[in-house]
Parts: sequence; structure tokens; C-alpha cells
Amino acid sequence: MDLPSGARGVDVSEVALKNTSMGMEQSTSRASVMKRLRTSDVTFRFLTRSAAIAVLVLLSGTIVSLVIGSAPAFKAFGFSFVTTEVWNPVTEQFGALAPIYGTLVTSFIAMLIAVPVGVMIAFFLTELCPKVLRRPIAIAIELLAGIPSIIYGIWGLFVFAPFLQQHVQPFLIDTFASVPILSSVFEGPPYGIGMLTAGFILAIMVLPFITAISRDVFDSVPPVLKEAAYGLGCSTWEVFKHVVLPYTRVGVIGGVMLGLGRALGETMAVTFVIGNAHKVSASILAPGTTISASIANEFTEAVGDLYTSSLIALGLILFVITLIVLSCARYMLMRLQKREG
Amino acid sequence: MANASTNALYAGRKRRNTIATTLAWAAAAFGLGWLILILGVLVYKGIDGLSLSVFTENTPPPGSAGGLLNAIMGSIVMTFLAVIIGTPIGILAGTYLAEYGRHDKLASIVRFINDILLSAPSVVVGLFIYEIAVAPMGHFSGYAGSLALAVIVIPVVVRTTEDMLRLVPDTLREAAASIGLPRAHMIIRIAYRAARAGIVTGILLAVARISGETAPLLFTALNNQFFSLDMNAPMPSLPVVIFQFALSPYEEWQKLAWTGALLITVTVLALSILARSLTARKS
Repeated sequence: MDLPSGARGVDVSEVALKNTSMGMEQSTSRASVMKRLRTSDVTFRFLTRSAAIAVLVLLSGTIVSLVIGSAPAFKAFGFSFVTTEVWNPVTEQFGALAPIYGTLVTSFIAMLIAVPVGVMIAFFLTELCPKVLRRPIAIAIELLAGIPSIIYGIWGLFVFAPFLQQHVQPFLIDTFASVPILSSVFEGPPYGIGMLTAGFILAIMVLPFITAISRDVFDSVPPVLKEAAYGLGCSTWEVFKHVVLPYTRVGVIGGVMLGLGRALGETMAVTFVIGNAHKVSASILAPGTTISASIANEFTEAVGDLYTSSLIALGLILFVITLIVLSCARYMLMRLQKREG
Repeated sequence: MANASTNALYAGRKRRNTIATTLAWAAAAFGLGWLILILGVLVYKGIDGLSLSVFTENTPPPGSAGGLLNAIMGSIVMTFLAVIIGTPIGILAGTYLAEYGRHDKLASIVRFINDILLSAPSVVVGLFIYEIAVAPMGHFSGYAGSLALAVIVIPVVVRTTEDMLRLVPDTLREAAASIGLPRAHMIIRIAYRAARAGIVTGILLAVARISGETAPLLFTALNNQFFSLDMNAPMPSLPVVIFQFALSPYEEWQKLAWTGALLITVTVLALSILARSLTARKS
């Protein structure tokens, strides 16, 4: 690089360099300045690229380490690990059926409550809420998402579970006692803690995620479409149901899946209120366990390689399930973004 | 006749609309109600035990009074180290996504994976660090706890850094390029400066996120009943102490758990409000 310098009096790269405070001493040689700039440029690019690759390593490293850690358990029990209910540290018999069942049931209860409520709150925020209240309410709902899960746990155990035990569960048991199938769903003594309580707390926790994403996608509906529907004489609800929802369906489903991903992996809140019983029971009032609660409760006390390995195997199963759910969620949200351009 | 049925149809539509909008109001009240209820109970139960000794005394043995000093210090130290480890990686990776890899394959894969890591279960992060740090070292340690928290910091910072750098107008980049500034210098001198408030927001949000995390610390840093700043030994943290104390049968411990819960919540909410106000002023 032997460009004629000084023709215009000042050299651009030197100006650039003078203005930087990189701590380099003033160089007289143009070639060495250019070289230094190029080196720092290449180095910085290399650093950012390595950091980006580190993110990939994080995920693959997690999977690899879980696979290695769970190998002894899968070797000992084979596929029956996921189909057996027995969980006995004394005889070293481990099966993942109860935690998997508990995870799915509590998440299902959570979604049953959180999806309609979350979507309705988003409907409220985008169509009904007075303009001045819109921001404060949205922020308040998002603050719910910021509260650490251990707070939900301690609150659930000391405040919510006793309330359910005294006021809600006896009522549920009495009401459904004579209904054929529901009687076994709401069966047994009211413990307060159990799968229903855990599901309810999870619902409160994932509500903000579903609301936030639904609100964003509802806001993305072109006003022209809504105005056209209003122009035909549609009511607010009809516009929402027949114009906004069909237009944003993919995004809402994405948001719901994202919430589901959270619910499946949520640990501390559930650990407090689930009861930690390795049992598959039809009644949602019964204590149970989830994958994450079993790991949190038992991992530090696990004696023996097989016990530890079985818990890591549980972690692997949880990770794979949430990866699939979250990938679907992101894929759907990405598709919506692409359509918007 | 036709008039009557039109009226009925109209009344039905109107009724459905009223029901739906009422339900929407109820849903919003339901959501806000939980926030008020949880915060209310937390303040009511937590403020009782709040005194100076909470900050000056260590966690007590069962059945006696004490404070949370060692737990608070442990949390601060581990959070600090986690941010030191996680932030540079997060900012650099976010920079790659926003500046170098806008259209390349690697960036879109990293973006996808990062979004997944953002909501991945934190208990699995604990298992991962247990496998790669605790098991080889042979003991639980503050370092392992910090590493686990750093793994949670990274995706948060990556995401906000990328978003904030994308808000910087391309004309600024072109102007920098036109005076012959190499790309790296353009990013460091121009783009970072323009996006500074946003990047700080990301770090604050990450701190807010990890200061309440319990699951990844349970089997990495474990716990410690005594005051310890030795990062190579088991280290107490506020969330883990709350977990242990809340589930204990001792009244003093439960009381301290509520106080600790109040402290964490106030910290987390203050951090997220601060983070919000930083970016709100920008726009």
C-alpha cells in the first residue's frame, strides 16, 4: 500500500487514528499505521465470531455432557426408564414415568388457565384499554415476569396452598364427587399442595410471556384491516375474533409454545408446592413430582452413580422436550416476522 | 317479522360483545390482582424481620436469631463474577449478529440457538456446570456457581446487544466508513457509543435475572452456613438460603426466608425499572 500521501494535506486514516484513544503512540509511517488498523480490525472480527460460536458450544456442550452423564442410567434401564413408575433409591430402581407425567399434567393445567387469560389481557390492552393506562398496565404485567420463581414458590407454599386447601379443594371434591370421570380427577383429601396448585402457580408465571407476545402480534395487524371490518359494522369482539385472531394465529401459537417451554422447565416454584411424590395419580389434587422438581430436590442428596445418572437422564429428557417446544415456538414467530417483511 | 329477527340478531351480537369485553377487563384485573397480592403478602411478611442485624449477622443455626450477611455477600460476589465472565462474550456475540453476520448462515443459527437458550430450563444449566466443573474438581464451589450464572447471562446480553445495535442508523456506519475508519473501529467508536444505554440495559436485565436464580446454584455453589469469600469452596447465596429456610420447620428461619424474599424482589424490580427507564429516555 504505497499511496501518494500528503496530496491533500491530511491523511484520513491518521485523522481517524488521532481521534481514537487506543493508546497507540503516534506513528510516522503510514504503512505501519495501516497494518495496525488492519490487525485490530481482523482481531475484533475474529473475537466477535468466536463469541458467537461460543453460544453454539454452550448448547451443544450441554447436550453432550447430559448424554454422557445419563449413559449409565440408560444402560442399566434401557427404554423402560421412561415407562416405569418405580423410583427407589434404596434398591436402585429408577423410572421416569412419574416425573414426566407430573411435568406434562402441571404444564397442561397451566396452559389451560394462562392461554385464555393471557390472550384476553392482550385483547384488552390493544383494543379496549384507555390510552393512558395502556403502558402502566403492560409494564405491571411484565413485572410479573421479572419476579424470581422462588418468590412464587414461597408464596405458593405459605399463602396459596393453605387457601386452596381450606376453600377451593373441598368444594371441588364435593361438587364432582358424583360426576363419573371428574370424580377421579378431583379425588382424595385436600392436601393444599399438589399438581393443581403447581399448575396454577405456573399459570401465573407464564401469563406475562403469553400476554407480551400476543400483544406484540396483535399490534402488528394493519389498521386498514380492522378499520374495514369496523366499517362493515362489526363489534369490537367480532373484529378481534374474525380479523385480528386469524391474522395473528401463528404468532399467538408461537407465544403459547414459548410459555409452554417455560412451564415445562420451571423449577423452584413447582418444587415448593408439588409435594415430591414419585407417583402417577389420576387426581390432580394429589401430590406428584415434575422432572425439574425431582432434580432440585434430590440431586445434592443422591448417593451412588446410578442415582445421580438417573437424575441427569431426567434432565436430558426435560432438555430435549423443551428444545423441541421452544424450537417450534421460535420457528412460528420467525415465520410471522418474515411475512411482515 | 324480518325486523324482529334483525333486532334479535343485533341484540345477540351486542350481548356477545358485552360479555367478551367484560371478560377482557376481568382478565386484566386477574393479572394485576396477582401482582398486587404477591407483592402485598411479601411486604407484609418480609418487613417484619427487616432490621439492621439482617445485614450485619450471618445465617443462624436452627432456633436462634441471626441475619443474612453471608448469603447476601455470596450472592453479590457470584453475580459480579458471572457478569464479568458473561458480559464480554454476550456483547461480542451480539456484535457479530448485528454487525458482521446480518445475512450469513452462522448468524441465523446462532440467533435461533440463543433465543432457545434464553428460555431453556435453568435447572439443566446447573446439571451442565455440575458435569463440567463440580465433578472434575471434586467439590462444590463459588466458581462453579458463577459459571452457571454466566451461562444464563450470555443469552440475555446477546439478545439486547443485537437489538440495540440494530437501532443504530446505518447512515452513521456509512459516515464512519466514508472517512476511512476500519469496521472494528467504527463499531467500537460509533456503534457502541450510540447503543451504550441499550447495552447497559441488557446487562442490568441480566443481573436482575440471575439475582433470583436458585436452581442453577443448588448443585454448583451449594450453600455455606458461614461467611466465606473463598470462591473455591461452597458458597451461600440468598436464593438458596431462602429455599433451605422456607422449607424448614423453624420459625426464625422461615421469617428470615420471607425477609430475604422481600430483599430479592425489591432488588430485581428496582433493577428492571432502572433498566426500562434507561432505554425509555433514549427513545
